[in-house]
Amino acid sequence: MTTLTSLETLQETARRIRRHIVEMTHAAQSGHPGGSLSAVEILTALYFGGVLRHDPARPDWPDRDRFVLSKGHATPVLYAALAEAGYFDTALLPSFRRLDSPLQGHVVRGTPAGVEMSGGALGMGLSFCLGQALAARIDGAPWRCYCLLGDGELNEGQNWEAAMAAAHFGLDGVTAIVDRNRFQNDGPEAEIMRMDPLAEKWRAFGWRVIEIADGHDVRQVIAALEEAKGVTGRPQVVIAPTHKGKGVSFMEENPAGWHGKGPSDEQLAQALADLGFGGGAADNGSEA
Amino acid sequence: MTTAAAVRTAATREAYGPTLVKLADAGVDLVALDADLAASTGGDKLGRAHPDRWYTVGAAEANMIGMAAGLAAAGKVVYAASFAVFLPGHCFDQIRVSIAQPKLNVKLIASHGGVSVGEDGASAQAVEDLALMTSLANMRVVVPADVVETELALTAAAYSDGPIYIRMGRPKIPVIHDERHEFRIGKAHLARPGDDVTVVACGLLVGAAIEAADALAAEGVSVRVLNMSTIKPLDEAALAAAAAETGAIVTAEEHSVIGGLGGAVARWLALNAPVPMEQVGVQDRFGESGAWTQLLERHGLTARGVGDAVRRVLARKA
Repeated sequence: MTTLTSLETLQETARRIRRHIVEMTHAAQSGHPGGSLSAVEILTALYFGGVLRHDPARPDWPDRDRFVLSKGHATPVLYAALAEAGYFDTALLPSFRRLDSPLQGHVVRGTPAGVEMSGGALGMGLSFCLGQALAARIDGAPWRCYCLLGDGELNEGQNWEAAMAAAHFGLDGVTAIVDRNRFQNDGPEAEIMRMDPLAEKWRAFGWRVIEIADGHDVRQVIAALEEAKGVTGRPQVVIAPTHKGKGVSFMEENPAGWHGKGPSDEQLAQALADLGFGGGAADNGSEA
Repeated sequence: MTTAAAVRTAATREAYGPTLVKLADAGVDLVALDADLAASTGGDKLGRAHPDRWYTVGAAEANMIGMAAGLAAAGKVVYAASFAVFLPGHCFDQIRVSIAQPKLNVKLIASHGGVSVGEDGASAQAVEDLALMTSLANMRVVVPADVVETELALTAAAYSDGPIYIRMGRPKIPVIHDERHEFRIGKAHLARPGDDVTVVACGLLVGAAIEAADALAAEGVSVRVLNMSTIKPLDEAALAAAAAETGAIVTAEEHSVIGGLGGAVARWLALNAPVPMEQVGVQDRFGESGAWTQLLERHGLTARGVGDAVRRVLARKA
């Protein structure tokens, strides 16, 4: 569904997604806001920037492009993007992590429709995408499979098994995106498990690497993903430098503290103010 | 039913490659994956017959499971094969999250189950795989008794949507079934009728149980043998009838006594029909190197071991 969408509209969508993220994690008093906020422009580019061929009215359309959230804890950004795209009503978002809600803490395939694969144990999504792309190739089908990886997640060895295999099989229908926020659960990636030189690792595994300067510039993300579509014979990875907690002052200042918890009432008010929803916690309308 | 064919021997794994080829020839939209053990699983036979339907992913089982999930999610009937120590041993979490929870249509094929792997020793001898796999929701678990039943199980799996684990073995063992044998997932097969005690067996212990039953018949003991090739879901009706009609149960499997067929039967009996029960299995220990027949002897996984357990359980029977 490629449509020409103005930069302003995309940025406004990103802002609404951020609002959903902080409100959902506030309502749940749990969840993963930091690594969701870092990926907002990536999902905005995919779902709203004309990158993904998808149709919210037909989540099981066989020829849709697939998006797999391998960093499966970043459900707030996925649910917010799917709701904004029209896969389900935004009114469902406050039920995030509640009993009987389809909005599970970590991704569950088909729950709700639009969630392509289960996850939450790190390092599994890319292998799934290889299988998807291989099936499309066997069938001569046109669709592609996109995989969002965290950089901390890349500690998991399965990613590198998948990286080897994707290049070996020449699966050009696979595009990985690394949300390079440089923080993982226990702290800065440089202290916990250094991933640099990351681009060289992917190149050594046989991937086309597309590095952008700013993963929060939705135009750069779109351009990189469109460039990836033109690559033949090998998988592609877009490395997108981001900030954990992007858009919320106190999370940006302390990314390590905002991996897996929800903001308090006061922090929600601050977050909404940071995002330009001036009224604070009381102004909780979703039409802003 | 069994004696005429018993002269022939074959490894259950010998069914794998030819069955894949038959299924693909029959138009099943399948893809099979191997992880650098195709020479042992036989999966490469499919690759020679249908090159676009078979892929080896190298010695990387975790990635194989994820790829299998992705293929299945795109509508393929997927077979993923390795040794039972690696699948599920190397990739339990991948099976749990990528296949079992989303209930994807992947057939997990594990060759070289149990201690009958032989000389390769402890690391190569899976005596825990059934415990791991039966613990997963949405997972079915099958251990065929011979090569004939293995082909039937592999075929039934193709036409039965959802995850399933099928365990095969390395050594050539007696073929106890002929082409009239019927197999259904979740259905026990009455291998021998009997009234005094029931041996509930799977895998190569079915043949041993039949041999034991024949020997005990000479002593005037009437032994029923149930081939419980599907460990999950258990054939509860067959178990209920066995408990009610024979009043004593022996389980026999090439697996730890914890968590496999014996564990499942013990649980069911305790909850539903408590009768005396004994287990033939590996006694919470690792394997070791040796000839496969020697190892079966060492662990009591023989007709004699089954006979001893039958006598023990009969002594406890009221």
